[in-house]
Amino acid sequence: MSAEANPLAVVTKRSRRRKRVGILMEALATAAAILAIVVLAIVVISVARKGLPAINADFFTKNPAPVFQTGGGIKNAIVGTLIMTGMATLISVPVGVLIAIFNTEFAPPPVAEGIRIALNVLAGVPTIVIGIFIFGVLVVGHGQSAIAASLGLSIVMVPLIARATEEVLLLVPSTLREGGMALGATRARTVITVILPTAVGGIVTATIVAVARGAGETAPLLFTSSIFANSVVTDVHQAMASIPLTIFVDSESPSVADQQTAWAAALVLMAGVLIMGIIGRALSLRTRRQIERAR
Amino acid sequence: MSTRAETDFALPKRARLHFGDLALRGITGAAALTVLIVLIWIAYKVTQQAWDAISTFGLGFLTSSQWNAVTNQFGARDLIWGTAVTSFFALLFAVPISIAIGLFLSELAPRRLRGPVGALVELLAAIPSVVLGLWGILVMGPFLEQHVEPFLNDHFGWIPLFSGTPSNVGLLPACLVLTIMIVPIVSSICRELFDSVPSDLKAGSLALGSTRWEMMRSVAIPQVSGGIVAAVILGLARAMGEAIAVSQTIGGTARTGWSLFGSADTLASRIANQYQGAATALQTSSIAYLATILLVLSLAANLTAALIVRRIRRRMGATR
Repeated sequence: MSAEANPLAVVTKRSRRRKRVGILMEALATAAAILAIVVLAIVVISVARKGLPAINADFFTKNPAPVFQTGGGIKNAIVGTLIMTGMATLISVPVGVLIAIFNTEFAPPPVAEGIRIALNVLAGVPTIVIGIFIFGVLVVGHGQSAIAASLGLSIVMVPLIARATEEVLLLVPSTLREGGMALGATRARTVITVILPTAVGGIVTATIVAVARGAGETAPLLFTSSIFANSVVTDVHQAMASIPLTIFVDSESPSVADQQTAWAAALVLMAGVLIMGIIGRALSLRTRRQIERAR
Repeated sequence: MSTRAETDFALPKRARLHFGDLALRGITGAAALTVLIVLIWIAYKVTQQAWDAISTFGLGFLTSSQWNAVTNQFGARDLIWGTAVTSFFALLFAVPISIAIGLFLSELAPRRLRGPVGALVELLAAIPSVVLGLWGILVMGPFLEQHVEPFLNDHFGWIPLFSGTPSNVGLLPACLVLTIMIVPIVSSICRELFDSVPSDLKAGSLALGSTRWEMMRSVAIPQVSGGIVAAVILGLARAMGEAIAVSQTIGGTARTGWSLFGSADTLASRIANQYQGAATALQTSSIAYLATILLVLSLAANLTAALIVRRIRRRMGATR
């Protein structure tokens, strides 16, 4: 730069170009964030617009109409999704929480690290492969069943719950652990009476997020619960209809009525999942704040 | 982790052997062990189901384009091609967008906007893939067919990628749906990475007269480049493994070719398409062979990402 009276006033060609490039790149980064939100809005709005007209009381309270007849609803799919997701939750919450407790309270650091990697790898296994696995273990020779599907869903959900719970347990201040021990409590007692109650908000959040994920999973159901009756099934040894599979099958149908059903089912599923996602997020912020205050 | 170490030494020996402690340690340890067992069981069971096809076709399965239940000949070449092309283009679109979103959320956005905007981007990941696929086939597909693909074909038709007849299903809609699925995952990792860059480095660069963009380009991005690579690999694993949304949008005709408008099929989407049952035992086994390939690819990707992350952690621990 040349020596001028006021160096701050120097505006060379180069500095102007640098500033312009900077503004352009910042604009592009901002545009990328806006683009993501716009895509979210487009998807949500088009599902809502196409799904709403088909939603009425019948949609929730009636089973699908027989072929070549109009009307009917997806009652069997709603019940099926509730039962299968519910069973998967009952399996995966205890398992996930126990794994997290082991990692934070008992495992030596290298073991905990190994388990953490295993959880990440399990979370990375494509869900369709999990479907093939469950098919080989439980469906071949026994037939499809809601139990098989739930186990498939719980393999998807366990890593989510375990990782999120572990994060919250690590947030629990060590003074609480030491306090429990100093009072003469065993480690097990400290975990059950002090640490878990402190982290319960985080565990609830982890569960909500995992349920939202499990309820929307299609791939683990394809080979385990896809041949089902057109009526409500409550026997867990039989295959059940589900909302994701209804959407999957009807989305590829040429019939406009089927596509309409798919949109309405998608709206029900998306509304449920997004509401759970928002509640989960709000709760997790609250828990974090509470634990930080306890420090 | 560190909290454990702090309390460990203070315990007298008798307290450690307390029954309740042992029981809880045993139960939680068993749960943790289940993860390893399930992983090994998955690898075993999927390979076992594929064994018929593996011993019949061997590695030739990877280079054969047959998928014919009548002649009982099966191969995965076209499906591997479909997986490679869809994943490549999905990453090509998603990676720059994700890094840009990460930079925006970490460096550029006003503080009050960071939380809500980040939450909205992550909400995109919460949309079930089957819903995204439904939207892809019935809304985005027709839009691409009527507006985007004819335009690309008219102006850039001499590029093989944009040759061919526009269609509502095919590689392009599949790539775009995958992009939408990967962006929230990769961008939230990128955001954390950029947040982790020490602020004195950023401030130092700015104090030396860099513009904000120069600071990001020459300090923030190089500082976490390893982490970005890991994030991209995780995105790749996600793209390769997605079966549902891809099978809804890709058309399902196995094919190798450069046109993005044409129908194709991937390893994962072919498995999903065959759910209604196979004609022969060898076909069932071949589907499991596809799953085995997919499993190997995803294990390799996830372990690589884990190794990269571990190396970065070590290095950061050493310098601090």
